[in-house]
Amino acid sequence: MDVAYVNPFIQSTINTFKTMIDLDVKPGKPALSREGEHTYDVSGIIGLSGKAQGSIALSFPKSMALKIVSKMLEQQVKVIGPELTDGIGELTNIVAGSAKAELSPIVKDTLSISLPNVVVGKNHSVTRPSGLPGIVVPFSSSIGDFAVEIALKTG
Amino acid sequence: MRILLVDDSSTMRRIQKNQLTALGLKDIIEAEDGKQAQEKLKAGMPVDVVLLDWNMPEMDGMAFLKIVRADATYNDVKIIMCTSESEKAKVLECLKAGANDYMVKPFTPESLQKKLGI
Ligand SMILES: [Mg+2]
Repeated sequence: MDVAYVNPFIQSTINTFKTMIDLDVKPGKPALSREGEHTYDVSGIIGLSGKAQGSIALSFPKSMALKIVSKMLEQQVKVIGPELTDGIGELTNIVAGSAKAELSPIVKDTLSISLPNVVVGKNHSVTRPSGLPGIVVPFSSSIGDFAVEIALKTG
Repeated sequence: MRILLVDDSSTMRRIQKNQLTALGLKDIIEAEDGKQAQEKLKAGMPVDVVLLDWNMPEMDGMAFLKIVRADATYNDVKIIMCTSESEKAKVLECLKAGANDYMVKPFTPESLQKKLGI
């Protein structure tokens, strides 16, 4: 997987958190990841299609996911439920959408994104098209650490 | 000013509702997808502005936009796309289909205010 594909996702993650919940998030060093390796408790997943195909997943510890959605809604969310999954799904949608806009010119195509899916549970695995290598970018912030995993192939 | 919020994400509808309320706009109706939005318009609810998401199940924002713009009854309804889709080709596609304006998620309350012209 071309590292040039990772940068748009890093930028859109930083920008989305800042604009949506006024949170500074700091990317760590991108690393190769095996399927299901870097997941926390709540993951938002979106598929990409077109001349670049694959998926992007944002994965959070439960406590951080609750804080994020509480901030988005301006209301305390204390349990894992529809409010939490909807909020994390929409956040993932926004990160994927704005990364896609940067990615489209690189692959010379207008890419499409799927509707978001949210998976909840300890040590769940995020499935992706088999054999597709993934790159995980760890992020840190004042309310917790999380991971963004990108698995894409082109052509 | 009556506003119709169309977005499949309840979180996004709440965020926009909070922003609109803070701007003093309280006449807000909501729909979860294009189909529901179409039903609300058909039921004769007068609407001034539609804030319209693109990626939604059932009927997406583009399909809804085309249906509304094909009906002269709704000529005065202002439609502002509010979407995470931001490629130039996507923006042009919406404007060509009759959207009045375009906002890319994530947006600030200030940019919403500006787009509404209030
Ligand atoms: Mg949507």
